Order: sequence, then structure tokens, then C-alpha cells
Amino acid sequence: MNKTLTCIECPKGCILLVKIQHEKVKEISGNICSKGKAYAVSEIEHPCRMLTSTVCGKGLNLRMIPVKTNAPIPKSDIFKAMKEIKKLKIRKSVCAGDIIVRNFLGLKGINLVVARSCSRI
Amino acid sequence: MAAALSAYKNGVKDILILERDEYLGGILNQCIHPGFGIDYFKEILTGPEYARRFINKLEQVPRIEVSLRSFVVDLTKDKVLTFLKPGSFNRIKAKALIMATGCREKTREMVHIPGTRPAGIFSAGLAQKMINIEGLIPGKKVVIVGSGDIGLIMARRFVLEGAQVKAVIEIQKQSQGLLRNVVQCVQDYNIPFFCQHKISKIHGNSRVEKVSVVKVDKNFKTVANTEFEIECDSILISVGLIPENELIEMAGVKIDKNTNTPVYKGLNKTSIKGLFVCGNSYKVYDIVDSVSSDSEKAGQSAAEYLKRGKK
Amino acid sequence: MKIYDVIIIGAGVVGTAIARELSRYELKTAVLEKEIEPAFGVSKSNSGIIHPGTQNHCNSLKGRLCVEGNKLMRGIAHELGVDFKEVGELIVVFNKKDIPRLIKLKEEAEKLGVPKIQIVGRGWLKEHEPNLSKKAIAALYAPTAGILSPYRLVYDMIENAQNNGVEVYAQQEVIQIKPSKIRGSKKQGYFEIITSSKRKFKTKYIINSAGLFADDISKLAGIDDFKIKPRKGEEFILDKKKEHITNHLLFPLPAKKSKGVLIIKTSAGNPMIGPTACDCVDKYDLSTTDAGLKKVLSSVKRMIPSISHKDIIAYFAGLRPAAGEDFIIRHEDKVPGFINVAGIQSPGLTAAPAIALMACAILRQQGVNLKKKKIFHKTREKTTHLFEMPFSHTEKIIKEDPDYGDIVCRCEMVSAKEIKEAIKRGAKTLDGIKFRTRAQAGRCHGSFCTCRILKILAENSKRPITQITKKGAGSEIVLEKRCND
Repeated sequence: MNKTLTCIECPKGCILLVKIQHEKVKEISGNICSKGKAYAVSEIEHPCRMLTSTVCGKGLNLRMIPVKTNAPIPKSDIFKAMKEIKKLKIRKSVCAGDIIVRNFLGLKGINLVVARSCSRI
Repeated sequence: MAAALSAYKNGVKDILILERDEYLGGILNQCIHPGFGIDYFKEILTGPEYARRFINKLEQVPRIEVSLRSFVVDLTKDKVLTFLKPGSFNRIKAKALIMATGCREKTREMVHIPGTRPAGIFSAGLAQKMINIEGLIPGKKVVIVGSGDIGLIMARRFVLEGAQVKAVIEIQKQSQGLLRNVVQCVQDYNIPFFCQHKISKIHGNSRVEKVSVVKVDKNFKTVANTEFEIECDSILISVGLIPENELIEMAGVKIDKNTNTPVYKGLNKTSIKGLFVCGNSYKVYDIVDSVSSDSEKAGQSAAEYLKRGKK
Repeated sequence: MKIYDVIIIGAGVVGTAIARELSRYELKTAVLEKEIEPAFGVSKSNSGIIHPGTQNHCNSLKGRLCVEGNKLMRGIAHELGVDFKEVGELIVVFNKKDIPRLIKLKEEAEKLGVPKIQIVGRGWLKEHEPNLSKKAIAALYAPTAGILSPYRLVYDMIENAQNNGVEVYAQQEVIQIKPSKIRGSKKQGYFEIITSSKRKFKTKYIINSAGLFADDISKLAGIDDFKIKPRKGEEFILDKKKEHITNHLLFPLPAKKSKGVLIIKTSAGNPMIGPTACDCVDKYDLSTTDAGLKKVLSSVKRMIPSISHKDIIAYFAGLRPAAGEDFIIRHEDKVPGFINVAGIQSPGLTAAPAIALMACAILRQQGVNLKKKKIFHKTREKTTHLFEMPFSHTEKIIKEDPDYGDIVCRCEMVSAKEIKEAIKRGAKTLDGIKFRTRAQAGRCHGSFCTCRILKILAENSKRPITQITKKGAGSEIVLEKRCND
């Protein structure tokens, strides 16, 4: 069957026409670059999203510290991820890029990373 | 920051950045979502990370002075600035001035939404700041007016923080934001998206209780018998940005009444010699990468202006 | 339990004016206010006009008290540090056949004692109101019309009254009034007032200045012969950039029940257009409408054709507490000790000082001994507003207190210090801060400053941020906190 997708890899938002057979992507058209191809496969076979949110800080110069996953995580795990993020608290100085949770949600290679440096006051 | 760094690169050594907030980065600090830097850095960064790149560059140039919590209250045509800081009153004269004052949001009143004036009506930017900077959730059942990028991004943010986004209401035929945001903010979370609709009345005395919504035609006139109600406790207004140019208007710069930006033929220039405008206060850009490129041009123009003056 | 001499119900412009007047005398006085802060009822929607007294019947209380109030208001404003600006008013006509009506208005005004009133022609209008439509042929000019900030007046009056010993209790909605019992011919009885928070107050006299709810309060006391019929007025505020589009307050010829749609100069600088006049049933309906906007725009365009809907930056609605043609200010002989001050719609703000004197006269008539206090603090120090002072002064005060250099509201230039001072003087809500300092009243409508103001309110009033409201219980801003500190 055919499906139309909007690529979300960059602001251009190419409209992709994807031919699917047995739940696998057979053909992709409409993409300007290779990221579109990768996105189409991912979106059909194992949809993932980058997750960004904030973690409470305690005793720091920032009340909320923005965090992100270092890579997209399965769409179906997003709310579970938010639940875990809400439990976290940062109490020491951290730098943008620091990993605060390794193998987040047990997902191999997925880390929760600090996106803004903060320091203890 | 980009303008300052570019001016420095082009030979200007005496530079001061006046920032009204308590940290550098401006609005980027509350834009915790990814999508910044794809052109400029060839990476996908979040707002704070994008700002950090420039802060890092700035830290490499200690000669560029930075004054935080500095609020400019007066500007004259001779480029004399008066600014206030906690504990200090300052007046300085600039040989060249670059304005990078960004935008403010259009309010509910500017789009004439009738009804009451309860608590629970927020601009998208205010809600974003409350959630991302202060950790305060301003609503649990939200209706979003306007499908520009900010509105769409906030739709997702609310859902992730446990709120229910009841609808996104857009008066035009299609979304005003990037398609990718419609996908990852609205479609991903099955948020009802009503194009060619508008809010006809806000209800609620103390706090928002519900909104009346109607369909509109291509001339934005209400279509009869299409009214329905959505129960909610918050209304997010995301209906456009207005460049903040009141300071330069005070100085006498000619401003286009429709866009609130300076009228002048040259890029980044204004009707006052040596006074430049860059970034969103010059023109409302879609992505921050364009803002940085534009600001670098302004920095260069300022440097060239100063060089010419020295001759 | 303490027995007050006088309890005033309602801390709007009338109640606070009476409170301030009574605070000159050795009386135990208290004010009970239903809302969380004074001026949150009818008074917050007031347009701030100090009327000269035109357009009132010469035999009316409205007319007499307006002319008297106009004179008194200047002194009071000066004593309390409220800016009063005399701008003058023009009642404009476009048709020769309306001139007789204009002349009649002039005659009635002169009977009332409205000073310096005159009819001016096209030439005068062209010179003094250049943006006025060329179709205007004449106007009635009353130079003694003025403008001030109505809520700042209320806050400054109540603060001065408190400074002189008046007690103020907010969030006290009166739900029961037990009449006074006469114990013997010599002893005077007292009322017992019960409020929604189950508090009890005992008082010899009650002055009912409860605005929209004056009829309900009067009914509680046993007087049921008038009804407050709210009349809605929608007003539209224009961008401050249009401040000088007019030089005077512009009026059309009055309609049957209202003064018509006006072009108002406000003390803040923003012009205001409106109000509409629409009979309402719901005392809580403060919604604005598309129809109201259309009506106001078409009416004002007749006077100033260059005004467009693009100039509108804010709008709101108010409800006039109308109880028939005139004010109801009287001692209720059927319920001795109960004084009604009801139906105070326009020109209520102007008349307020004169109403206060009338209330005192009524108390004297009833045998109350109004003995002047030895020490009465007539003046109060003017509230500091950064946006009102020259930079030389700004520099000085920042040196004295660094908090004045900490700008919170960028559109109106309001410092953290001014906000903290407003909280000290009684602001508990975002609206209270807005009315006292103008923070959140600028072009961004609080988009940039609300976060900071919430934090300052929470810190300074020692309440959790989730309890900070826009205008009282039910209007909380923050529904949930991400972190529990």
C-alpha cells in the first residue's frame, strides 16, 4: 500500500510517498536528501522521536534544566520517558553535554543529556 | 552575540552588549525543543545549546564587554543610550549601535477575541517561559489559538507535561507553522486541528471555563450555524510576532506602521546613520540560523560604517 | 466584641471617599469589601473622567454633587498625590438642528453652577481640536473637566483612611444584617453584620456603598424599594502612540440613558473610546462583544475619522449600578442607622467627595457627634513611579535603593521596588499590581513580566505561587508546580 508522510528531519518538510509491503518499506520518493529515506523507513517500521524536556534543579542557578535524549526514542516510550524524567532532580553543577542517565529506559545507547549548563549557588 | 562577534572579526575592538535578562541567549533559553542550527552548525540543537555555542565564542573574546540585567530606557538620535541596572543608572554614547531586540507576541486584544477577561489566557511565549524556565504549569485543559510554530511547539509541550490539549484553532486555510511541527506536535498526539475556525467568545469570570468556536470563510467572516463549544481552563494565544522597535522609534527612526520595522533601502540600516537593526527586530525569521546570518551582516555593516567614519 | 460607630460596605470610589472623610473624626470606622482588594468591583471599570457637571438635571443630586465634587476633587487629588489633569470637555454637534439642544444643555449647566461654560464654533474647533471631523459645526466647551486614574485614587484614599485609623477588611461579603435593637429610649442599638467568612461585626451605623450589590445589601437590612439594573459599558483602549489625537474629552450629544460614546483621554496617556450602554441582567457578565466594538468604532469615527480598529490594544467591560434616574443617598428611617448610598453611576467618581460630605451630613442629622481628630494626616506621600519622573530623579533614587534599577515591566518601565511597595500597600493579586503600578498594562500585556511578578508576589506575601491569583479566589494562574521544593 501507499502512504504519504511529511519528513521532519529538517524545516523543509518534504512530502514523501512511501510504498509499503508486508509492513516494510519498499520504495520512497519525494525526498531531497538521504535523511528523508532514513526517516521514511524509521517512521513506518519503528517510529522514533527526539525527546526534550526539563529536570528540576535544587540549589542551582537554574530552576529547570533542559535535557534531551541523545537520539530519537521509540514513539511508544515517550510518556514512560516523561514519567521517569519527572522523578529526576539535579543537585550539582552540570555542563551541557553531561549524561545524567545512561541507557535511559533500558534502551541501549540512549542517554539523557543535559542541554544547558548550570552551577550550584 | 552574532552581531558583536562579527563586528569584532571585522575590526571593531570596543564593543558592549546590553542584555536586559540575567543571562545571555534571549528567547533561545526557553526554546528547549530541537530544530536549531541545522544550517549554521550542520547539527540539530536545542535552543539553549544553540545559544551556548555563541556564548562560548563570546567567552573567547574577553574584549567584548557584556552587561546583564541592563534595561535601555531612552535612546536619542545621536545614539545616546540611558540604561538602568539594579543599583545603577548609566548613560553612554555609541558611535555605532546594533539593535537586536527581537519580538513580542500579538495579544488576544489585537485579534479582537470577544468575551470575558478571566485568568488562564496566556501568550505562547509566556506559557513556554512558565513551564520551561520556572517549572510552573499554567493549564491542564488547553485550547491553542494560532497554528504558528510557537503554538504547535507548545501544544506538544503541554501534552508532555500531562495536560490535555483540546484543540488548535487556526483562522487560515492551513497551518501557519512548518509541516514538520504539525506532524510531531499535533498529529503525533491526535490533537484536534481546526483550520478556518476562530474563537467567537471566551467564557469564564475568574478562570477560563470554555470557548465558543465558529467556522469562517475565506474572508474570515463567520459561517452561520457552525458554533460549538470547547470546555477548557486555558487559552494559548499564538497569533503572530511584532518586532520590538519602540526604542528606535523613540529616537526618531522611520518605522513602517504595518510591520513595525525600520523603513530603509539598505539591509539592516535605518534612517539614522550608524544605527543598525538585525535579527527578528529587523525581520521576523522562521529559523534562528537566518537570524545569526543576518546579525553577522549587521555586525559587518557597523564595522564598515565605523571604518568610513575614521577616514 | 468591638462596636464600630460606622461600617461602610463596599470599598469602591464612593466607600473609600466616605471612609477617608470619616477618618477626620473621632469615630471607630471600618470598611468591608467583598473582593480581595478595593476597587475590584464597579470602580475598576471607571473611565477616570472628572465631569464638569453638564448633562445633569439642575434639580438632581447627580448634578449638584458633580459640580461640588469637581471642585473638591482637585484638593483631594493634590493631598493624596494623585495626578489630576484639567483637560476640558467638548460636547460636539454636527447638525444645525442640534444647536438648540446644545444651548439648553448650556443653560442647565449654568443653573447648576458649572463654571466657564461656553459654546464654540468651527473656527475654535479647528484650532483646538485639529483631528476633529470637519463636519463638526459647534460644541459646548466645559473647561473644568479633568482626568485621573480611578483605581489609584481609590487605593490612595483607602491608604490615607487607614493611616488615619480606618480598618479595612477584604474578602468579607456581607450575607446577613441583623437590625439594631433599641434598648430603652436613651441607649442606642447596633447592627450585627455577618460575612461569608463567618466573621461578625457590630456597628451603630451602616453606610451601604456596595455598588452593583447595593440593592441586595439594602434588602438584607429590610429596605427593598429599589433595584440595581446593571448597564454594561464596553470600552476600548487605544495605543499610547495616539495620545495626542485629541486635546479635550470629546462627547456627542447625550442619548436618553447615557452620555453616548466618547473619546476619552486617560491619565495613563492611552486614549479610550466608549462606552456602549446596554441593559444587562447578570451582575457578573463582563464580556465584551463584536457588536460593541462595531458600535463604538462607528460612533467615534464620526468625530475623529482617523481612528481605526488597528489602534485598539485592549478592551474591557464594566457594569453601571443604575437604580433609576438619580443617586439614592438617604437615611432609611424605617431602619434607623442604615444609610443607603446606591445607584452611583456616572458622575459617581466626580461626585464621590461631595457624596462623602453628604454622608457626613446625614450622620450629623441622625445625632452622631462628628468630633474632629486632633491629628489628621491630610496628605500622603505620592507613590513613586519611574515612568513619571525625569532621569535626574531616577538616577537619585536608584542610588538610594538599587531595586529601583531592577526593571520588571519593560513596556511601562516598572521596577521591582515599585512592585514590592505596591504589595506593602495592599496589592495581593496580579490585577492589584497592575492597577497600582501599571505593570502588565503595557503593549505586551504581561507576556514578559508576569513570571517575575508572580515570583515577587509569592515571596513577599509568603504564599505558595499556586495561590497567587489574577483577581481573587478562583483566578489562580499556576495550576501545578513541576518541582516540590
